[in-house]
Amino acid sequence: MEKWTAQKVANYVIHKKQLFILDVRNQDAFADWKIDGENFEYMNIPYFDLLDGVEKLVPQLPKDKEILVVCAKEGSSVMVTEMLDEAGVKAGYLEGGMKAWSSYLEPLKVADLEKGGELYQFVRLGKGCLSYMVISEGEAAVIDAVRFADVFENFAKEKNAVIRYVFDTHLHADHISGGRLLAEKTGATYYLPPKDAEEVVFDYVPLEDATTVKIGQAKIDIQAIYSPGHTIGSTSFIIDEKYFLTGDILFIDSIGRPDLAGLAEDWVGDLRATLYNHYRQLSTDLYVLPAHFMIIEELNEDGTVGKRFGDLLAENHGLNIEDEEEFRKTVTDHLPPQPNAYTQIRHVNMGRLTPSADEQTEMEIGPNRCAVR
Amino acid sequence: MKIDLQLDAKGLSCPMPIVRTKKAMDQLESGQVLEVTVTDKGALADIPAWANASGNKIVKQQENGDEYVFILQKA
Repeated sequence: MEKWTAQKVANYVIHKKQLFILDVRNQDAFADWKIDGENFEYMNIPYFDLLDGVEKLVPQLPKDKEILVVCAKEGSSVMVTEMLDEAGVKAGYLEGGMKAWSSYLEPLKVADLEKGGELYQFVRLGKGCLSYMVISEGEAAVIDAVRFADVFENFAKEKNAVIRYVFDTHLHADHISGGRLLAEKTGATYYLPPKDAEEVVFDYVPLEDATTVKIGQAKIDIQAIYSPGHTIGSTSFIIDEKYFLTGDILFIDSIGRPDLAGLAEDWVGDLRATLYNHYRQLSTDLYVLPAHFMIIEELNEDGTVGKRFGDLLAENHGLNIEDEEEFRKTVTDHLPPQPNAYTQIRHVNMGRLTPSADEQTEMEIGPNRCAVR
Repeated sequence: MKIDLQLDAKGLSCPMPIVRTKKAMDQLESGQVLEVTVTDKGALADIPAWANASGNKIVKQQENGDEYVFILQKA
């Protein structure tokens, strides 16, 4: 009986390997959210349907594929894997279950910067969140850190870099930001867009349009661009004049939804102006790096998520709706269900709620839902 | 309502609340009633899902602080 780590599963996702997932959570949980892999096959049988034995299940399992049993936290998958083992079927279980999957971050290098330095993307495969770290000459900046502050801290340490700046592109509603905690732990300056931060109860530095910070003996610019639409304060970044961090405004295959902090009708105009006017004054050679991915097909060959801006202008449906009224209708009529506990999550990110680690996990359960297609 | 059997599954985590609930239910006759108390949040969704799949009926469900009580009637 093999114990699989989330890291091993991530390797299978990124390298598009084959895997048969036997998900033993209840059907609602499976329908809502699962481990996505391009070459994964799935079977969902709740563990409680297997309490009398796995005899009926065994003939339905593939003989030529690795089998991974998955549940919410681990317990049920261990039970089912043991039962399979006794029935002569070799299978593994996911250590920590979907809870561990939701927390796992895979750090991937996006680029070596021309003037010296590196840009990393932290892919949270289970939740679709993307965080960034720019490192240059012993200094680092982190953008849209998820709540596992120690991952960023340790990564910077490994690279012999000190985290100087921490930014959030906006007040997140789908996941708990690690920005504030990371800044507290490292002594970094924490920047937030003031229009999103009116209700926060802690100190931060206002992130205004055209704010520029420099790291690595002033070689690398991180330049802020005010770009409302997903939230009223949403801000994008251009790093080293090339890498365009679009936050939750523009994704690879979709655009940001404008309703999680207010009313879609109020902000859809801002979203339109940002995507169709403001962004279009920028170079098409910029490389777009969003704060989320929605579907596994958005991953590049190496597991990173990013694409040339010019390609998105041609291919992303959300950038190709000429008529303003039709755009408005498309955005407001096709809003997906709202993310789990999004109001609570916003309050956590404002510092108004301080849930335990378990409660934070509970709040973040489920897929990312920041986009509208 | 008359409770025929009580099960204390407090402090147990998944899959044990359901494993014990099923075992307790196996001891009962059709129409008899089981009261289960759990603290595991996972059981909150799983007990109704299990009851639905096994045909047993949830007569009542209530929350007392960190404890959740289910009254189940055997099919």
